[in-house]
Amino acid sequence: MSMQAAVSASVHSPQSSAAARATELSKVYGEGETRVVALDSVSLEFERGRFTAIMGPSGSGKSTLMHCMAGLDSVSGGSARIGDTELSRLNDRQLTRLRRDSVGFVFQAFNLLPTLSASENITLPMSIAGRRPDPQWLDTVVQTVGLSGRLDHRPAQLSGGQQQRVAVARALASRPEIIFADEPTGNLDSRSGGEILGFLRNSVRELGQTVVMVTHDPTAAAYADRVVFLADGRLVDELFTPTAESVLDRMRRAGTAGRTD
Amino acid sequence: MLRTALRNLIAHKTRLIMTALAVVLGVAFVSGTLVFGDTVTRALRGASADNLKDVAVSVQAESEWESESDAVEDRSTALTGDLAEKVKDVPGVTSVRPTVNGTATLATKDGRPLNADMSWQNLATNYAPDDHDRDSRYPLSTGRAPTGEDELLLERRTAEKAGYELGDTVRFAVNGPALTGRLVGTVETDDPRVTAGGSLVLFDTDTAQRLLLQPDRFDELAVGSAPGTDNRQLAQEVSEVLPEESITATSGAELAKEQADDIVRSTGEMTKVLIAFAGIALFVGIFLIANTFTMLVAQRSRETALLRAVGASRRQVVRAVLIEAGLLGLVASAVGFALGIGIATAMRPLLNMAGAGLPDGSLVISAGTLVWSLVVGVGVTVFAAWLPSRKAAKVAPVEALSTVDQAPPKRSMVFRNSLGGVLTGAGVLVMLLVSTQEGGDDSNLLAAAFGSVLTLIGMIALAPLLSRPLVRLAGALTSRLSGVSGMLARENALRNPRRTAATASALMIGLTLITGMSVVGKSTQAALEDDAVRGMTAEYKVSDADFNGIEPALGAKVDDVPGVTASAPLTSSTLMAEDEFATVTGADPKRLERVTDLKFTSGSLAGVGPGEVALSEEYAEKTGLSQGDTFRAEIGAEDSQKLTVAGVYESTRVVEDVLGTYDDVLPYSEGGKLDSVLVGTAPGTEGLDQDIREALGNSPLLQVQDKEQLTKEEAGPIDLLLNMMYGLLGMTVVIGVLGVVNTLAMSVFERTREIGLLRAIGLDDRGVKQMVRLESVVISLFGAALGVGTGIFLAWSLGSLTGSSLTTYETVLPWARLGLFLLLALAVGVLAAVWPARRAVRLNMLRSLNAE
Repeated sequence: MSMQAAVSASVHSPQSSAAARATELSKVYGEGETRVVALDSVSLEFERGRFTAIMGPSGSGKSTLMHCMAGLDSVSGGSARIGDTELSRLNDRQLTRLRRDSVGFVFQAFNLLPTLSASENITLPMSIAGRRPDPQWLDTVVQTVGLSGRLDHRPAQLSGGQQQRVAVARALASRPEIIFADEPTGNLDSRSGGEILGFLRNSVRELGQTVVMVTHDPTAAAYADRVVFLADGRLVDELFTPTAESVLDRMRRAGTAGRTD
Repeated sequence: MLRTALRNLIAHKTRLIMTALAVVLGVAFVSGTLVFGDTVTRALRGASADNLKDVAVSVQAESEWESESDAVEDRSTALTGDLAEKVKDVPGVTSVRPTVNGTATLATKDGRPLNADMSWQNLATNYAPDDHDRDSRYPLSTGRAPTGEDELLLERRTAEKAGYELGDTVRFAVNGPALTGRLVGTVETDDPRVTAGGSLVLFDTDTAQRLLLQPDRFDELAVGSAPGTDNRQLAQEVSEVLPEESITATSGAELAKEQADDIVRSTGEMTKVLIAFAGIALFVGIFLIANTFTMLVAQRSRETALLRAVGASRRQVVRAVLIEAGLLGLVASAVGFALGIGIATAMRPLLNMAGAGLPDGSLVISAGTLVWSLVVGVGVTVFAAWLPSRKAAKVAPVEALSTVDQAPPKRSMVFRNSLGGVLTGAGVLVMLLVSTQEGGDDSNLLAAAFGSVLTLIGMIALAPLLSRPLVRLAGALTSRLSGVSGMLARENALRNPRRTAATASALMIGLTLITGMSVVGKSTQAALEDDAVRGMTAEYKVSDADFNGIEPALGAKVDDVPGVTASAPLTSSTLMAEDEFATVTGADPKRLERVTDLKFTSGSLAGVGPGEVALSEEYAEKTGLSQGDTFRAEIGAEDSQKLTVAGVYESTRVVEDVLGTYDDVLPYSEGGKLDSVLVGTAPGTEGLDQDIREALGNSPLLQVQDKEQLTKEEAGPIDLLLNMMYGLLGMTVVIGVLGVVNTLAMSVFERTREIGLLRAIGLDDRGVKQMVRLESVVISLFGAALGVGTGIFLAWSLGSLTGSSLTTYETVLPWARLGLFLLLALAVGVLAAVWPARRAVRLNMLRSLNAE
């Protein structure tokens, strides 16, 4: 019930408070000679009901940022919050719970369990939690991503685009606080990719969902409400209501800025 | 290619650990058996050579039985004191040690019989002092040699066990009544019969002759000669002074060789049995090895394709896999060989602790053992890898270029399923046919063995097909019990039916054998238990442990014991009628009626009288006689006499094939003695056995058994046998369990990304562990269900073969035990998953997600 209340609240009265927030977030791998600073004191807010894209060249730390924000990886310094929850204070079990109940994921590939049907994959987080999915909501989600009629198929019987749609549906089905998408269109052709991005944008516009997407594709980023640019583990720029051209333009500048910084 | 194989082997060492372990254990079983067999053989040979080292020639006399019509039958030989003197006078003979050999059972100091159940191990002989007043066979450890009829010696450990000290009066029995003698010393021996739980008592020569043989007779002469004598020649010369028949002179060397041959033969038998079980264990190992190589080949298909693309031929690819298997086999066999030596070293002290009495001796490790161990280990590994290696050859070079992992094309199971169906069908048909046969003659046994193997192989072939419904069934339970983890576990187990089936088959083989043996064993036991006391209403059966019989006058004393309300002395003899041999029991019908419950199908017990006998159903059928018939019969090989059939009764153990009156049979019985006395007691009286013993003189050989003891005597050895079988099949089960661990570890490894995904979307450590554990449980239960099912079927169809020898046999399912097997399978499943499950939760989530 609380989830539903939260979502409906976010639908009808968009709040300014952030769905997730990084404060001076640092992530360091290795020690001594092999020490690599992946995130260098990044502070950033992801507003509720917004579609945010994180961009940056390879090694800029964009994936690390997402992993830390989503509770998939530990942080070295600073804080990462989802809602009011400080992730660094949670143990592994609590983190697992948080991911299950409050976070949705769409990965670049291998989002689905091959042994389960599409509908079983969609409801998997709820099955893990031992909750019954809300059939009406499920119906809405399935309709939104256009999967009706394919729910009994196994992943192997679905195209790559359809598989990603199942992944999007799964992320939406449990009505999480926030959805993290890691290069969700990386393995798709442009038409399927466009569809997936459309669904993600619609989920924000029509269902009030909060989505954070990591991408290196300006066209994909153009679907977002806001684009943040990372370089060398630092936040270097941001852009609101982007277009592919403006993103590309900023990327060049951000890349330069990152290098001179 | 060798370098590629070696690199692969090293790269995959953790994943090959279970496979190697299976080979190690199988080879250890083989090499342990061979080394132990050789060691025991050499030690026994050494002991026998040691015993014979100062025997130049051994003169041995055959036993003869002198029966003076109504007197006790006595053992005798043709070897007299005079003959011993003659042998001594043969030129070249320097000494003669005449010996008398028999058995005597002791009572402990507090009056209980010592080892009376195995009275053949309770040796008795004469202490034969040489010129220095010593018997070189039995060095004295305390006291002195016995002189006179009331003195005796005991073997040191025997004296300890029985609680006697020097000067004590020792009670013993040779062929019935209790006798006594004073303990004047103790001796040492390493005779395996004594060290393995028997006893040894020694008398002076005259007393030994009187008790064990006849005055002035001997069983054996140990002849000594001067060093350098040709003992073979001497044996020839000695035999010239002996009567030709019934006495033989053999040189000590020849005798040692004969004994050695016997030893080699008997330890060879033991080794064969053990090797057969090692073979089963190795056979089960094949499934594990094949699973591993199938996985390795599948994983490496990209590499293989690359090799093919740069010019490796199909054959080279296959060879690389086989070389890898060979190297693995070689390393594992070498370790297994070493482990086997360890096992063989530990075996003797372990067995001796259990009372086996094996002599000491150094470990014998022959080159043959090493070669066999390596050949078997390498051979099994390479053979098991052969089929998977052929799959490697089928990898097309173009696969190296493909960017996405293609799901391997599903190979049709039609052929395998049809083959399995045909084999299982044929096996079941043969077994059904066997189940209609009676009696265990060779052709039936052969058919049964053939049918069993056929059924088992057929089931192995069918296992993937059966896995679907059976795993679903088990999975239905697991998903109900633990939700999503259970469901995932079920789906994972169903994912690779071949591998699941191979893993389950490895467990199935062990469990089929264990179940089959348990069912047959327990059914036989139930039949024997039923048989042992069927038709008997008496409370006690009194008999002689050494089958010496009981004097009729002694048996009659039972009636004087307070609490005894009825008794029936039973005697017996042989009977020949209508060319059918039989045993006839003699008993007073009126007395018999009070202690038995014979079921007459015609006539009645009351009809049995002088010249009128009753027949068992079985014997009546054999001879075609029925009630009222008159026939001629020879009782006790005497002149034939006319008998009338007074009735026919259901066969039982209490009364033999024919029942006549006590007076009709006693004159023909062995030594005019009773076989046993059945004793009925007043209701509510218990523990009369000791009173009966006392009344009958409390000879250590006297057996007073209640029904429970009688049943146990019959059925007890079955439990021992079953436990031995369980022990021997233990290795097979262990390898089956390793197979489950291996499969689970492979599953976890292959599903790294899935596990990463599951954890990312919120399955906690417990859930992941549970998933792995339940998959393991489902596979184990599947294997156990197949094994128990097949085992029950085979045991049922084999049951009829014992039918004719055991009329009360019917297949009994030991439910508790079968349930225990399934529970153990459950436990195996849980245990086998511990390590793979731990690995699954230790995987780094982010790396797993991005793994290929």
